[in-house]
Amino acid sequence: MYSVKEPDAGTPERNSSEQVTLEIDGRAVTVPAGTSVMRAAADAGVRVPKLCATESLEAFGSCRLCLVQIEGRRGYPASCTTVVEPGMKVRTQSDPLAKLRRGVMEMYISDHPLDCLTCPTNGNCELQEQAGVVGLREVRYGFDGANHFKQAEKDTSNPYFDFDPAKCIACSRCVRACEEVQGTFALTLQGRGFESKIASGDTDFKSSECVSCGACVQACPTATLVEKSIVERGQPDHSVVTTCAYCGVGCSFRAEVKGSEVVRMVPNKDGHANHGHSCVKGRFAWGYATHKDRITKPMIRSSIRDPWREVSWDEAIAYAASEFKRIQAKYGRGAVGGITSSRCTNEETYLVQKLVRAAFGNNNVDTCARVCHSPTGYGLKTTLGESAGTQDFDSVEHADVIVVIGANPTDAHPVFASQMKRRLRAGARLIVIDPRGIDLVRSAHVEAAHHLQLRPGTNVAVINALAHVVVTEGLHNEHFVRTRCEQPAYDKWKAFISDPRNAPEATEEVTGVPAAEIRAAARLYATGGNAAIYYGLGVTEHSQGSTMVMGIANLAMVTGNIGRPGVGVNPLRGQNNVQGSCDMGSFPHELPGYRHVSDPAVRALFAAAWGVDIDAEPGLRIPNMFDAAIDGSFRGLYVQGEDIAQSDPNTQHVTAALESLECLVVQDLFINETAKFAHVFLPGSSFLEKDGTFTNAERRISRVRKVTPPLAGKADWEATLALAEALGYPMQYTHPSQIMDEIARLTPTFTGVSYAKLDQLGSIQWPCNDRAPEGTPVMHIDEFVRGKGKFVITEYVATQERVTRRFPLILTTGRILSQYNVGAQTRRTANNTWHHEDRLELHPHDAEHRGIKEGDWCKIVSRAGETILRATISERMQPGVVYTTFHFPGSGANVITTENSDWATNCPEYKVTAVQVSPTGEPASTWQRRFGEFSEEQDALLPRTDSH
Amino acid sequence: MDAHKLVRMANEIATFFESDPDPAAVSDGIAGHIRRFWDPRMRRALLLHIDEHAGEGCRPAVLAAIAANRKSLTPPAA
Repeated sequence: MYSVKEPDAGTPERNSSEQVTLEIDGRAVTVPAGTSVMRAAADAGVRVPKLCATESLEAFGSCRLCLVQIEGRRGYPASCTTVVEPGMKVRTQSDPLAKLRRGVMEMYISDHPLDCLTCPTNGNCELQEQAGVVGLREVRYGFDGANHFKQAEKDTSNPYFDFDPAKCIACSRCVRACEEVQGTFALTLQGRGFESKIASGDTDFKSSECVSCGACVQACPTATLVEKSIVERGQPDHSVVTTCAYCGVGCSFRAEVKGSEVVRMVPNKDGHANHGHSCVKGRFAWGYATHKDRITKPMIRSSIRDPWREVSWDEAIAYAASEFKRIQAKYGRGAVGGITSSRCTNEETYLVQKLVRAAFGNNNVDTCARVCHSPTGYGLKTTLGESAGTQDFDSVEHADVIVVIGANPTDAHPVFASQMKRRLRAGARLIVIDPRGIDLVRSAHVEAAHHLQLRPGTNVAVINALAHVVVTEGLHNEHFVRTRCEQPAYDKWKAFISDPRNAPEATEEVTGVPAAEIRAAARLYATGGNAAIYYGLGVTEHSQGSTMVMGIANLAMVTGNIGRPGVGVNPLRGQNNVQGSCDMGSFPHELPGYRHVSDPAVRALFAAAWGVDIDAEPGLRIPNMFDAAIDGSFRGLYVQGEDIAQSDPNTQHVTAALESLECLVVQDLFINETAKFAHVFLPGSSFLEKDGTFTNAERRISRVRKVTPPLAGKADWEATLALAEALGYPMQYTHPSQIMDEIARLTPTFTGVSYAKLDQLGSIQWPCNDRAPEGTPVMHIDEFVRGKGKFVITEYVATQERVTRRFPLILTTGRILSQYNVGAQTRRTANNTWHHEDRLELHPHDAEHRGIKEGDWCKIVSRAGETILRATISERMQPGVVYTTFHFPGSGANVITTENSDWATNCPEYKVTAVQVSPTGEPASTWQRRFGEFSEEQDALLPRTDSH
Repeated sequence: MDAHKLVRMANEIATFFESDPDPAAVSDGIAGHIRRFWDPRMRRALLLHIDEHAGEGCRPAVLAAIAANRKSLTPPAA
């Protein structure tokens, strides 16, 4: 439990090796140079009254409440904007100061409604508190300040917060939060004096450029900007620090609770990944956890055409176990398997893979990272020696050149995008490599120096061309390569990359990127100072996904941009625990810690700990499971927290595979698309209902803490324990901390991790062991994990998914800010306000050529299938390339994606599908109609109870 | 398992490793990758296809790699 109110030192912390000692109210205090007098006072335990100051924002000096007296200086300087000096003597309390402060407060209160008793922030309002602090006893100007109180109209357009200008004191904290913290610049302060007014442009909040990150709400010292949840439910009585269940940034939050009900999520200012910031999903979109669609009772059925029958946990578990045993007895040990989820905790994924390996007795376990970042694992392990990003997020603050490849951080990793944008506004240069004109290419106070707008599928040609320029123009870091990398591999690679076929002029025709742009970008990356690469699924979800990851590592190594703050190779993980689920041994060829199952010593370690023999053969990957299901050699599957029927490519192939299974066990919050094909449904627990840990994109392990009891009576890890026991393999854990203790005992990179240490440090970046007892923010500093870095030849090979006269356009897919992955969570929140359907985005030329207008229904046909979506016409697209999101199952985005995949990992090639697009009067394809009918059928098979 | 799909996967693996100028590295790379990442039933199905259809559809590098590493690629008896 944590107190809801947190101390606020008023201005940001300063880092300086120089220390300054001064005296405040007779107390000596020593602080880093550059610190404000206000913050120094806070350090000395002295509270200076304030309104416009808060430690998340730079000092502004407008409220005039924090005035102080400084010996030897005239007047009353503002303590927030005055920087400490050696020997300074400060007084924060005196009769003149008290008089001045009361006068200032009188002015504020004269124009502020005094409806405190019915105000949603009553008792938690800084204006109210400061009025008490300065001893306000009268308001000589009366209380009829009509400007704000009577004339202002409340803006309730945003689904999550209200804006009541009547209560605004024009402190600009919201405006500054939008600029400094979020970097959107959606708010302005209009007018002067009593006419001052906060505005979201010329429109209401919902229609404005506001991204609903909530930074303004958090910064507001009054009830001017306040969460609707607080208005409706009142203020919290306690809070619990936990970790967000959305993207791979892994923001730390204080879940604020009233009784056992969450009333607000507040980003934790001590959170090492987010430093007190959040996005619309993490801060506001948590209502799904108590949505009426939650299934809270276990259910079974013998056929997917049968009605579901609610049963006890014991009966459901016993039935699932008996089916798995029957299938193994009939078809063999390898006929069953499991899928772990990046939406579940480390402990839960560890248990599922342990169940598969120890209770099923095979290695048929895979995870959803198969369809996103499995090439990252392969590529970085091969070149650098570890399947993980090299840096912490804070490293970006030391970057001089930032390269963003195939990622859209402002939508998919918004909190890190805000940190990145801060660095860009401070002067770092930006290179964007993306087929689309993502927001980072040009947005408020950010503009890319180079946008390499390549054709989808030509990543490797571009990365090779960049490296070619570096090597042939002599821009490489000879010393780094000689001392840190394998020389023979480098020599081979150098000969390859120097070949004229990799020159930008040679690749221009294939990539569509002008050679001059490539050359300029390469020179900037190699010579612009610290250069950091951030990449996303636009790199990995290709037939050459692993090759591209290795190409990125090659480029970083050849320029020496590895092994210190400000540089590195940084995969931006899509889901919150992609890194963790991979770390935990979810891949069918690797035990926890990325150790291959063929290694006898590793198997012996786990065999001794688990008391069973470990299969030495790799198991099936997810797409192989589908093929084996259709083939008949794979008949039973346990899926925890994944929706493969929606998220995996070539939907019709996936559903045919699922229909072939004799026993499909789905453990989830909702009846997702996969559960419609299930025989056993085990109700899942949301992140608010269990203990555990998530590991974010920077290898940061953070605690997930139980905030409310599990709605279905069991946390997910408890359900897995029950299933293992019913299978004849009891596991003895009474708390997830014991699971982590076992992980630490068996995994060299986790040796030093424990819940006690996580509580002590807040979070830990692995490796955490004797060599790095408090974790490792930056990897590969003195040497690579594999010893010497390995250059790998990365020949560009065109995808087999070719455009033809029949399929002349390339479809690429992605996500949007307000929705998350398959949308199971966000579709059940008010985030639908911004995005309630997936649309096809296409360039005006392609639209005009086909007679398609904005909002028209259009048919998209690929070699795999067809679907129908509404059109959005946008110059963000390049001609010949169309785009859609995949957040709504009925959209059928994956009906058209193909089974093409990365050569090394089988990660699907979501980013390149040849399609034809044409206008249609029909709002649904044949598949979409069938999908609708099937969904209605399945809905009718659910028990009719109050809970659904 | 769908033999055509396995042949295609093996060919894609081969295409990557074929860029190495060292023929031994090509063969080891292809065989090693299949050995490390393919479930036994997948390897068994590919070997069966090669035996029964004279390696139809396979790139020469795949056939060479499998010929040179047949023993290690052959799964233990089911």
